[in-house]
Amino acid sequence: MTTLPVPLSTLKLGEKSNVIHLDVKGLLRRRILDLGIVPGTVLTCIGKAPAGDPIAYLVRNTVIALRSEDANQIYIDSKLNC
Amino acid sequence: MSKLNPMDPFLKIYLDTESIRLSSGTPLADLVVTDIFAYTEKLAERVVLREDSIQTNWKDKIDKLIISRVFGYPLMLLLLGAVFWLTIAGANVPSEMLANLLFAFQDILTQWFQLIQAPAWLHGVLVLGMYRTLAWVIAVMLPPMAIFFPLFTFLEDLGYLPRVAFNLDNMFKKAKACGKQCLTMCMGFGCNAAGIVSARIIDSPRERLIAILTNNFVPCNGRFPTLIAISSIFVTSAFAFSQSLLAAGMITLLVLLGIAVTFAVSWSLSKTLLKGEPSSMVLELPPYRKPKIGAVFYRSIIDRTIFVLRRAIVVAAPAGALTWILANVYIGDVSVLAYTAGVLDPIAKAIGLDGFILMAFILGLPANEIVVPVLLMCYLATGQLTDFDSLFELKKVLLANGWTWLTAFNTMLFALLHWPCATTLLSMYKETGSKKWTFMGFIIPTAIAFTVCFIIAQVAYFLGLA
Amino acid sequence: MKLKSGDSSNALKNPGRVMREQFGIRTTGEQYVIALAGNPNVGKSTVFNALTGLHQHTGNWPGKTVDNAQGNYSYRNKSFLLVDLPGTYSLLAHSVEEEIARDFICFGQPDAIIVVLDATSLERNLNLALQVMEISSKVIVCVNLIDEARKKKLSINFNELQKELGVPIIPTAARNGEGLQELQSAVYTMAVEQKKTWPKQVPYSEEVERAINALLPKINELDLARVVNPKWLALRLLDSDISFIETISRYAAAQKQTTVALQDQWGELTL
Repeated sequence: MTTLPVPLSTLKLGEKSNVIHLDVKGLLRRRILDLGIVPGTVLTCIGKAPAGDPIAYLVRNTVIALRSEDANQIYIDSKLNC
Repeated sequence: MSKLNPMDPFLKIYLDTESIRLSSGTPLADLVVTDIFAYTEKLAERVVLREDSIQTNWKDKIDKLIISRVFGYPLMLLLLGAVFWLTIAGANVPSEMLANLLFAFQDILTQWFQLIQAPAWLHGVLVLGMYRTLAWVIAVMLPPMAIFFPLFTFLEDLGYLPRVAFNLDNMFKKAKACGKQCLTMCMGFGCNAAGIVSARIIDSPRERLIAILTNNFVPCNGRFPTLIAISSIFVTSAFAFSQSLLAAGMITLLVLLGIAVTFAVSWSLSKTLLKGEPSSMVLELPPYRKPKIGAVFYRSIIDRTIFVLRRAIVVAAPAGALTWILANVYIGDVSVLAYTAGVLDPIAKAIGLDGFILMAFILGLPANEIVVPVLLMCYLATGQLTDFDSLFELKKVLLANGWTWLTAFNTMLFALLHWPCATTLLSMYKETGSKKWTFMGFIIPTAIAFTVCFIIAQVAYFLGLA
Repeated sequence: MKLKSGDSSNALKNPGRVMREQFGIRTTGEQYVIALAGNPNVGKSTVFNALTGLHQHTGNWPGKTVDNAQGNYSYRNKSFLLVDLPGTYSLLAHSVEEEIARDFICFGQPDAIIVVLDATSLERNLNLALQVMEISSKVIVCVNLIDEARKKKLSINFNELQKELGVPIIPTAARNGEGLQELQSAVYTMAVEQKKTWPKQVPYSEEVERAINALLPKINELDLARVVNPKWLALRLLDSDISFIETISRYAAAQKQTTVALQDQWGELTL
C-alpha cells in the first residue's frame, strides 16, 4: 500500500524526505537534475526567507533555494525519513 | 527546425535516432543523470568519512539569523549603511590628499606654461579645463572605489550576497523580476557600468534587460559626492565623525528611494514593454567561507584604479576642456555657458532647478562626478573649475544663487534619477547589442527624473511653499 | 591562412591551434593550453588566481557576453596558458555557459583539463568530472577546499578515489597554496609528458546502455576521426541536443577544411 506523493513545498522546517518524481519542465528541469535532485534523492528543508519564500533545501551536502511554485512541482514521499 | 543542411550526415543521424529516443518511458536524459548520481552517491559513501555526526555549527546559527523574519531585513539595512559609511568616511582623507597633490601639481604646470609663454587660452583649455577636471575626477572617484569594490568582493567571497538575493527574491518576484537583480543593484552602488555587466548572472533575457534598464536608479560612487554635498545643506555638523555618519544616513535614505523606484519601474516594465512571467530561480547558498584578503583586494584595487584613470583621461578631461571653452567663449558679453543656461532656465525652473544646474547635469553626461564642480564654476563665474574648502562655503554660494529647499531637494532627486553616464550607456550597448534598448535605458530615467521633479516643483509652487 | 616555412610541421601536427583561435585563445610560442572547469562556488577562481597571479586578463568569449579569463604560468621551463571556463553544474544542460564549457572541452583541444571539485560536496561535484571524463582522457581532478573539509571533520580517501576514477586526483586548498605544486606537476605530466590515463566511464543502467549500443553502429559510420568520443555523441543524441549536433557538424567541417588547407600548403613547401 503506497500513499500518494506530495509536493516538496509541504515539507516543514527540519523535515526531510526523498524525491519520487519531478513534474518540472524545460530548463528548470535540467537545472534541478544537474544539481542532484533526481528520483530517490533526500531533501531536507532547512530555512525559509523572511517572506516565507524562497525555501532553502539541503541536497547532497549543498544548499539550494527554490521558489515555492517551483518546489510545488517536485513530488516527495509523504512518509518522512528520520 | 535546424540550421543544418538537410543532407548533413549529423542531422541525418539525429533524425534517425528519434525512434530510440522516444522508445523509453522516462526521458532517457533523466535516466542518464539519475545513473550518474547513483554512481557518485555510492562512490562518495566509500571514499568520504565523516568523523562526527552532522551538527549545526555557529555558521548555521548565523544563517538562521540572517534569513530570519525578525532580523533579516534590519541586518541587511544595517550592513548597507555600514558599507556606505566605510566608503564615505574612508575615502575622505585620501580624497583630500589626492586633491592637494594633484592641484599642487597644477601650479607647477601653470608655471611651465608661463615659462614657455603659452597663450592664456591654451593654458585655460589644457590646464584649467582638462587637467583640473582630470584631477578632480581622480581625487573624488579613486578613494571610494578603492574601498567599495574590495568591500563588495569581500562580501561576495564570504558568501553573504546570495543570502541577500534569497531574502529579497520575493519582492522581486512580485515585480516579475529575478531575485538576483538585487545583486546587480549592489554592484551598481559601486559603478553602474559594472552593475550592468554583472546582470549576466540573470539567465532570463527579459529579466536581465529589466535589471539593466533599472540599474541607474541606484547611485554609483560617482554620484555620492554630489548627493553628499547637497544633502549637507540640510544637515551639517561640526564634527567630522558625525558628519560622515549623517552623510551615510542621507545616502542610505536616497538609496532606499532609488530601490523603491527600481521596484516600481521593474513592475511597470513587466506589465508593458517587457511583458512576461517570472522565470524560475534556483539559487545556491554556499557555506560561509573566510574570504582570502590580500590577493583579491590587491586585484580589485588595481582594476578599479585602472578604470578610474582611464575614465579620467578619456572622458573627463575632454569634458573639462569643453566646459572651459564654453565658459570662456563669449557671445556678446555673455559666455556660451551662461547663454545656454539662460535658454534652459524656463524648463529648469519648471522642475524646481535652474538653468545652470540643468546645464551642469548635461555637461556631466560623460562623468557624473563633474556635476558639482561645473555647477560651482557657473555660479562663481570664474570660468574655471573651483574647489571649495568647506561645505559651509558651498552652502553660502548656493544660497547666494537663489537656492531654496526645493532646489536642493529636487537637485538630489534629479541626481538620483537622471540619465546614465556615457560609460554606463556604452556598457548597456555592449551587453544588449541593441541601440533600441540602450536608448530606452537613456529615456526611461530621464523621463522619470523630469516627471517626478516637475510634480514636486509644481505642487510646491502651487502651495506657495517655494 | 599563411604559414611561415618553419611553422608548417607544427601546425600540421597541431591543427588544434587554429581551432582554438575560434575560441579567442591565442598562444604564444610553445604554450600548453589547460582548461579549468568546475561547479560554481568551488574556489575555481582561487585556483586560477593562485596559479596565474597577475599574468591574466579577462575578456569575453567570442560573440558571447560571458567572461573569459586567461592567464599563464611557467613550470619547469614550460609555459602554460590556463583558460578559466564558466562555472557550470553539468555539460548536459543548454545555458550559454554550459555550451561554452562543453564546446571548448570537446573542440578546443586543450592539452589537459583540470576539473575543480569542492571537497565538502564531492557527491554533487563528481557529476561534472565524470561528464568531462566521458569526453576526454586528459582530465585531472583537483579536489579543492580540503581545509574546509578538515574543519567539517571530513576525511577523504584520495588513493581509493584515484584508483576508482583512473585519473590523477590532486587535493588542494588553493586559498593557502596547499597542493598547487602537485597540481602543476600533474598538469606537466599530462600535457608535456603526455602520460596516458584511462578515466572511469559511468556505469549506466541497462536501458541507457541498450540505447547507446543501438546508436553506436550508426555513429561509427560517420567519419569522426578524433572529432569527438562516439559514446559522448551517442549521449548527446539521446538527449535531443540539437545545438550540439549543429556545433559538431560545424567543427567536423572546419577541421576537415583546416587539415586539407594545411596539407595543400605543406605540399607546396616541399616542392
